[in-house]
Amino acid sequence: MLLNEFLLLAAVLFAIGVYGVLSRRNGVLVLMSIELILNSVNINLVAFGTYNGDVAGQVFALFIIAVAAAEVGVGLAIVLLIYRNRRSIDVAEADLLKG
Amino acid sequence: MFNSTSLLGVSAEIADPVIKSNVLYDWVFLVPATMAVSFLLILFFGKRMKYQGAEIGITAISLCFLFAIATSFSWIIDTQQVLNGDKGEKAAAVVVDDGGDKALTVLGAGETAAPLLPIVEEGEKARVTVNPVVQERVWLENGEVEFSVGTLVDGQSVMLLFVVTFISLLVHVFSTDYVAGDSRYTHYFAFLSLFTASMLFMVFSTNTLQLIVGWELVGVCSFALIGHWWEHKPNSDAALKAFLTNRVGDIGLLVGMIILFFGAGGTFDILEINSKAVAGEIDHNLLLIASCCLMAAVASKSGQFILHTWLPDAMAGPTPVSALIHAATMVVAGVYMIGRLYPVFWDGLTISGSTINLMALMGGITCVFGGALAFVQNDVKKVLAYSTVSQLGYMVLALGVGAFTAGFFHLFTHAFFKACLFLGAGSLSHANHHSFDMREMGGLRKIMPKTFATFTIGSLALAGAFPFAGFWSKDEILAGAGVWPGTGGNGTYYIPFWFGMLTAAMTAGYMARVMWLVFFGEYRGNHHPHENGNRITVPLIILAGMATVVGFLNLPKPFAEFFGLKDAALAFEHWVEPASVAHFPAIDHASPSLSLAIVATLLAGGAAAAVWMYYRRLYAIDPRATSYTDHWIDNNRLLKAGHTFLVEKYYLDHLYTHIIAGGTKGPLAKAAYWFNQNVLDGTVNTAGKSAAASGRFIYRFIDQGAIDGAVNASGLSASGTGQVLRGIQSGKIRQYATLMFGAAAVLAGVFIVVV
Repeated sequence: MLLNEFLLLAAVLFAIGVYGVLSRRNGVLVLMSIELILNSVNINLVAFGTYNGDVAGQVFALFIIAVAAAEVGVGLAIVLLIYRNRRSIDVAEADLLKG
Repeated sequence: MFNSTSLLGVSAEIADPVIKSNVLYDWVFLVPATMAVSFLLILFFGKRMKYQGAEIGITAISLCFLFAIATSFSWIIDTQQVLNGDKGEKAAAVVVDDGGDKALTVLGAGETAAPLLPIVEEGEKARVTVNPVVQERVWLENGEVEFSVGTLVDGQSVMLLFVVTFISLLVHVFSTDYVAGDSRYTHYFAFLSLFTASMLFMVFSTNTLQLIVGWELVGVCSFALIGHWWEHKPNSDAALKAFLTNRVGDIGLLVGMIILFFGAGGTFDILEINSKAVAGEIDHNLLLIASCCLMAAVASKSGQFILHTWLPDAMAGPTPVSALIHAATMVVAGVYMIGRLYPVFWDGLTISGSTINLMALMGGITCVFGGALAFVQNDVKKVLAYSTVSQLGYMVLALGVGAFTAGFFHLFTHAFFKACLFLGAGSLSHANHHSFDMREMGGLRKIMPKTFATFTIGSLALAGAFPFAGFWSKDEILAGAGVWPGTGGNGTYYIPFWFGMLTAAMTAGYMARVMWLVFFGEYRGNHHPHENGNRITVPLIILAGMATVVGFLNLPKPFAEFFGLKDAALAFEHWVEPASVAHFPAIDHASPSLSLAIVATLLAGGAAAAVWMYYRRLYAIDPRATSYTDHWIDNNRLLKAGHTFLVEKYYLDHLYTHIIAGGTKGPLAKAAYWFNQNVLDGTVNTAGKSAAASGRFIYRFIDQGAIDGAVNASGLSASGTGQVLRGIQSGKIRQYATLMFGAAAVLAGVFIVVV
């Protein structure tokens, strides 16, 4: 079982996701990057689950997929509202919530 | 299964006639379920429907009524088969030498779930067992105890199934006209459905818990429907009064059921409790306490003296509701509960061979006192309400003297003629500008001929005139008291008997008064009354027809034999009275007495004639007068006092609101005030003074010096830190994310290093 390869793939995806979240200004792309992060976690879960012969990993991966779908729904709604209010989805511009 | 023949040492096998379950009995739960679904449908979709939800309710109740007819016929056919089957095999049946008692004891000891044995009592009178058909599901479990719901199909429940669906159907139809245009029309029909569902849920209870749930549910429906026009303060007051008075009795119900639960060895099952009570496995004192508690519940739900005061006030609800709930069905819940747990009361109150017991006395007092109140009411609905109280007292009296079938037969007949009278009153008020005041009626027999005819039949049935329904059931009750020579019965109940006789006369008297004031003389109101439409008169006609004929269902044996209808005799008794030996006490059936029937009827006729004469004379003096109060009663101090006493309803409402509630309220408030002023305030004041003194000390030395310094210092440092940290709170998402990921990375690093 090539566990390492899966972990590496997940790590790469995670890193790309984090990069995307931190560097992208487009709200939709930020959300997509978050999806990448979540999916890297899924890969880890499934890989470890298969490696340990435990079906719980896949079950949790399914849970995460469901939660991610819900989260994207909420996230896209927020992005849409931001767009409606500001005519832009640049997350760098949305900085009203400051101290 | 338990086999009697081997136990009694007879080798011949008997093919026991058994009532087998069939589709109808198995699926009878569909009836309350249909009505419950109808309730939800009306609630959610009713407003959008063409007839605002009434069509859903009427469709549902019609289906239920058809089901009820099928079930009733199936039950009748099955019962007859069992009875006839037994006759054919009497030769093979076990004959016990010393009467039925021994057989009963043996059976009781044998712990049978549903013994289905033909028992022959004293050679001739066969006591066949008609077994109840039970369907049960476990609802929830808690430790060892299982709570189940189910349906218990036997004569009593099938009888009520028929009555409830029948009257409910007619009331639904009647209501489409009566409450037409009401702002909460949909809501009204929804609650009619819910009521029917709850009532049948209660009727089919297999265990005491289900009974309590159903009992409370009908109470809620009653509350909601009494207060249907809640914008008017007296109506919502009446609803509250009904609910609160019933709560008083419900305590008795709960306590009684809990006692029975433990007394019967931890079971809610009604049949099991009954069989244990019949077998004498429950301590007599325990049963006595339980039955006294349950009698409190009967007193509140079935309007027995002294908790009856809510029932006349409940007339604030729409009249069809009064007919359905507060005359025909819900108020007999208490009577039904007695019947359901009859062995408990039988043993607990020692009904057999006694001369007086709590139930018979309560019923007797209620029927006389309720009847007396009916004489002084000017509101036609109130008269009928007190009449209901009185007749419910009759039923309880009947059960109290051991005349089980008589009590249930009266319940059955009363449902029809009282519903007829109530709907008649509704028709009167509908035509008369929503007034129930008899002083504003009079001479309506020509204007409203259909209402007049049906109301007359209802009155005759209620007054016990031959051959209407009330005649048969009332005479059975009077015979059941066992006082009249040659009636037998279960004891000699002198006081209840004479109370019953008195009530028979009074009933005829006050109904004569109502008939005169409403339909004879000349019209005294200021409106233009008119006969109502078909949706109101047809239910009246149907009910009047029933009030005429249902009495023939339980003809006394000599009467039936005289007319060559031997098979028709005591049909109701065969169908309804539980004949299952293990679940029902061996009651003695009183034999009917022709002389008693004649005397009681003459008494009633005499009273009616006397009242009639009184009003005829009054009419001759002043055509518009409704009572003699100016002349007669005012000049006689005793009569006046009696009249006032009745008008004030025995001062019971004063007792409750002023003496009991007010009496506890006042002193309680005073005591609380004293406690507040002296104890609480004293403590608080002392504590306050000492606190102030110590506070001053603390302020001067500790607070100003040490604490303020520390606080100021921490505040300064906090604001300094805040200034520094403010920069982080930039509002920029990406910056937050960076911090978060950075922190996560640091944490992950720590995690790796530590673990």
